Amino acid sequence: MSSNIEGHVIVLAGGLSPERDVSLRSGRRVADALRVAGVEAEVRDVDASLLTALVDHRPACVIPLLHGATGEDGAIRDVIGALGIPYVGSGPSACRASFDKPVASALVGAAGVSVPPSVALPHATFRELGATAVLDAVVGRLGLPLMVKPTRGGSSLGASVVRSAAALPSAMVAAFAYGDTALIERFISGTEVAVSVLDDGSGPRALPVVEIVPDGGFYDYGARYTAGATEFFVPARLSPEVLASCAEAAVSVHRVLGLSDWSRVDLIIDAAGIPWFLEVNVAPGMTETSTYPQAVGAAGLDLGALTAGLVAQAIARS
Amino acid sequence: MEPTQQITTGTRLDPWIDAYAARTQGLTTSQVRALFAVASRPEVVSLAGGMPFVSALPLDALADTVARLIRDRGAVALQYGSGQGDVTLREQILDVMEPVGIRAHPDDIVITAGSQMALDLVVRVFCDPGDVVLVEAPTYITALSVFSSYQCEVVHVPMDDQGMRPEALREAIASVKASGKRAKLVYTIPSFHNPAGVTQGPARRAEVLEVVRSSGLLMLEDDPYGLLGFDDSVPRAIRADESEGVVYLGTFSKTIAAGLRVGWAVAPHGVREKLVLANETATLCPSNFAQLTISEYLATQPWFDQVKVFRDVYRERRDALLESLSSLMPAGTTWTVPGGGFYSWVTLPHGLDATAMLPRAVAAMVAYVPGTGFYADGQGRHNLRLSYCYPEPDRIREGVRRLAGVIKDELEIADIFGSPEAVAGREGPAAPEPNLA
Repeated sequence: MSSNIEGHVIVLAGGLSPERDVSLRSGRRVADALRVAGVEAEVRDVDASLLTALVDHRPACVIPLLHGATGEDGAIRDVIGALGIPYVGSGPSACRASFDKPVASALVGAAGVSVPPSVALPHATFRELGATAVLDAVVGRLGLPLMVKPTRGGSSLGASVVRSAAALPSAMVAAFAYGDTALIERFISGTEVAVSVLDDGSGPRALPVVEIVPDGGFYDYGARYTAGATEFFVPARLSPEVLASCAEAAVSVHRVLGLSDWSRVDLIIDAAGIPWFLEVNVAPGMTETSTYPQAVGAAGLDLGALTAGLVAQAIARS
Repeated sequence: MEPTQQITTGTRLDPWIDAYAARTQGLTTSQVRALFAVASRPEVVSLAGGMPFVSALPLDALADTVARLIRDRGAVALQYGSGQGDVTLREQILDVMEPVGIRAHPDDIVITAGSQMALDLVVRVFCDPGDVVLVEAPTYITALSVFSSYQCEVVHVPMDDQGMRPEALREAIASVKASGKRAKLVYTIPSFHNPAGVTQGPARRAEVLEVVRSSGLLMLEDDPYGLLGFDDSVPRAIRADESEGVVYLGTFSKTIAAGLRVGWAVAPHGVREKLVLANETATLCPSNFAQLTISEYLATQPWFDQVKVFRDVYRERRDALLESLSSLMPAGTTWTVPGGGFYSWVTLPHGLDATAMLPRAVAAMVAYVPGTGFYADGQGRHNLRLSYCYPEPDRIREGVRRLAGVIKDELEIADIFGSPEAVAGREGPAAPEPNLA
């Protein structure tokens, strides 16, 4: 098979984020799929030699599949854009808004999508005001159980479900290990789903909704990346009306944050069938256990052809 | 909310998920392993890995050795070999063990794919599920993995600055027997312990051996670092004083090349026969190419002089680590002073959790192995292992500087929130990849 794309495509993966290993797996999978689709593709780590390499051997397009900071906070896209190289995915400002969970939640909530009540607090606040007083106030307002996580980052790294006030300080410590600010939000009980959004030229649309049922009840790092540790249902075992609500919410998130090409929106569906926004990923995971490739397959699409189409779209956009 | 009428079938993305053996329980991806992936980047000072500094080897001479081997004996080196290992190399291993005092016959030796394979074979031939193995607290991570894979129960025996405490071992054995469980092995690393960095003195070795003898258990003596003492003395192996009750594990990984994967076991006659058969079952035979490379190297190179080179390299790095720790670590941090080998065992100030702290450390571009990995029972939260074998001294100093900053930040967090306790989603022990073991 051959493609109409002239030149080679660089898939950026790895980096220094705690999600480095996940990113490398995502990058290898997408590059393999592109090669099968007839696109010359190469996985490239991000290091001090990257920019020289991009200038000396200018690719037709770059696909940033770096997870975590730098990759998803818009920085690397700013740099690639400054070099005038097309790239797949959202622009820097959209990434910045999406990667910061409190900012994304505020924007998404203002657009009418339900978001869990939350507070985002730097650890300096606890030092100044006293941890016990602050946490008591937070529990008083949000109740229990709670979800505690770093405001930036993914793969549930540093995230904990807190079911008692006594466990909250430890959860804060775990979250602060991954960043200086922690998000404490009301835990919404329900069906966990991931909605992949694709915009291949005719506007964003949702792919089949993936329901996530981790063995241990919490979709943590091990449940995400250990094959067999989580059961997935595609499409999710929800009524057509609720599935439509999920799709609508995900597309709304994609639009309101100004995202491009692809994204993945994580939602919880409560007992009343209301989708609650948890977070959005501008560089969705593409590993063997990630939900985006599952949704792509369930939609009857081919990951390589889909990505090649987005590459062509990015080149045309530039 | 009504479920859809459409019948959907779930997938676990692994069609064999229900077919795995029970002993694979717990083989999961972990946050700690994810963080170690970052530690492989050159920007990170990795004080985690136990990788020998093989760049100190005479690589040109080794290249000549390999070229000569293939040219002159390629038809043998590239062929299957004996399940017990090459007889010439077994004779040479007797010379290698002479400094630790072991007198044996070449037939007593079984060559394996690294001493890790020998450890696996010993546990394979001795332990049924539920059998108890007594080990030091802490102990070598990947030994724990072997015991787990054979579904053994691990009982930790407390240590002091002389290693395993004999009276504690005696009590632990009695306790196991009183519980109706069946103890099989006492696993010990008496010289330059991984991870604790301590060494059993002669008197301690005799006491530990006496406890094991009187209990009727088999001792498994793991001795990868015995020749790497920094005062140029070589601790006498326990096997040197007990040939029937001890299986001795040796390796060329630390004295020549870990990548060749050549180790050995010295075992009593009956045990050795079973190890040979188990070795053949597992691998047919150890690599002839790797064995003959080692054999040629031993025959043609001043191998013990090279051991002295390694001692000098590691001594300088140990000193860099200890000096940096002394000058930079916050009050309340303590560490062991290794007389050889690769590791120092650090105890964090009260209230700090080394596993919880690891993300902050990796973000600060320094890596270590959290202490929980060296225990089977969840101990070790306040400990971490630092390896000084691979980074250059200046990198070690920089790594300790970064780590000290991380500990100070963590102390501030602990001061705010108190000592962290286990929370939902928090993981237990996790073993890093082989280059970090």
